[in-house]
Amino acid sequence: MNPLRTTRALVASATAVVLALGSASLARAAVPADHSDDGRITIGIKFDQPGIGLKTPDGTYTGFDVDVATYVAKQLGHDPSDIVWKEAKSADREAMLQRGDVDFIAASYSINDERAKKVDFAGPYLLAHQDVLIRADDESIKKPSDLNDKKLCSVTGSTSAQNVKEKIAPDAQLQEYGGYSECLTGLENGVIDALTTDDSILAGYAAQDEFKGEFKLGGFELSNENYGIGVQKGSDLKDRINTALEKMVADGSWQAAVDKNFGPAGYRNEPAPKIGVVVE
Amino acid sequence: MFDFLEGYDLLGAFWVTVQLTFWSALGSLLWGTLLAAMRVGPVPLMRGFASAYVGIVRNIPLTVIIVFTSLGLFQTLGISLGADRFTTINFRLAVLGLTAYTSAFVCEALRSGINTVPLGQVEAARALGLSFPQTLRLIVLPQAFRSVVGPLANVLIALTKNTTVAAAIGVAEAALLMREMIENEAQLILISAIFAFGFLCLTLPTGLLLGRLARKAAVKR
Repeated sequence: MNPLRTTRALVASATAVVLALGSASLARAAVPADHSDDGRITIGIKFDQPGIGLKTPDGTYTGFDVDVATYVAKQLGHDPSDIVWKEAKSADREAMLQRGDVDFIAASYSINDERAKKVDFAGPYLLAHQDVLIRADDESIKKPSDLNDKKLCSVTGSTSAQNVKEKIAPDAQLQEYGGYSECLTGLENGVIDALTTDDSILAGYAAQDEFKGEFKLGGFELSNENYGIGVQKGSDLKDRINTALEKMVADGSWQAAVDKNFGPAGYRNEPAPKIGVVVE
Repeated sequence: MFDFLEGYDLLGAFWVTVQLTFWSALGSLLWGTLLAAMRVGPVPLMRGFASAYVGIVRNIPLTVIIVFTSLGLFQTLGISLGADRFTTINFRLAVLGLTAYTSAFVCEALRSGINTVPLGQVEAARALGLSFPQTLRLIVLPQAFRSVVGPLANVLIALTKNTTVAAAIGVAEAALLMREMIENEAQLILISAIFAFGFLCLTLPTGLLLGRLARKAAVKR
């Protein structure tokens, strides 16, 4: 065989392969992320919030958001085994939905105007309030104004931390840490008097086995946080998820999930919110 | 497009970044020089201490060091560095952590500068009867510093960017404001770009100025 021809043939077939691969990946990129036809569904949750969304060391997921998402997925026609869980960190949530990385996000995702410009929200499915977690034997914090001469702790840059600085207790000292666990260490050894964030998250921490009986909730309603399920802007999933959420409340699964995840901490939950009603 | 910036104290946050950088740079220059002196000194114990310090500290992630200053030094051991409010305590702890970390790099940069000073100079100093501290102070370090302005500028630029880690213990510098803005505004890419630009404004002039100084100061051999 003529060596030149061999080379040419090789080049030609290589080009063909490259072109084929290229067009295949182009074709794949052009189709919006739709995971429903292969029976799988991708859901964004928090991996690090006990009681809300937590990845346990053995690779399973627990929490209220997980239970709600599992129920909704079931109503959308996906078995729990078809769910792919993805971590949705607070700062990434809008981008994940816009890129189509996930089908929907249930990750202690408070509905607000800025976010609603970028994504659509189904729900709300839980009305949480900013609250404080204090040591069980601390009797000096009875009302929100008691916080002003106390040492508070929250997560760096979070809405709760900003609320403390601007509204709730501008005179209080605020320690900001990267995560709630650092705050809990401080609360345990007395450097910090109160950890503040959404009561649902606090209840999740207080309900953990290693903290049983050590902390209690203040019971203050310092803000309203309407947790919604985020979907891509204009997605038809919104209505289907709303229907699923209504059903979850009606058949009692919603209350069962609240009791299971927040119960041990003495958390008084709000009644299930009405779909589409955001409490300001 | 930029109307969401209203109500945020960008300059104030970057001012804290500048203060963190300044005090940590000052601290690590002093402590780093001392470490370098120990490493080239005649006392074996000091040599051992300095090389162990550098070996250990520069291999610990900065976040671990900074979080340790708060959880370990402050919360557990009660070391508050003479302050009584969290803002001041955290600022000082962050300066302490950044200094401890950056001095390891200053020490190594300076040691390489010391190696550029010809051995004959030290021998000449000895022959004149100068002691080790005198040799170091009068002969070696002045020449060493002049040859490491460039490498030290690198360390300074790295330090400027490293101050963002102080947000982990709640120092209200640029990175903390960035997290607040991302939380409120849902404008991840735009906000990150603004803060990246802010850091460029700090580090580019530093690099240019010190680069020029490095060329001027270098000992021509």
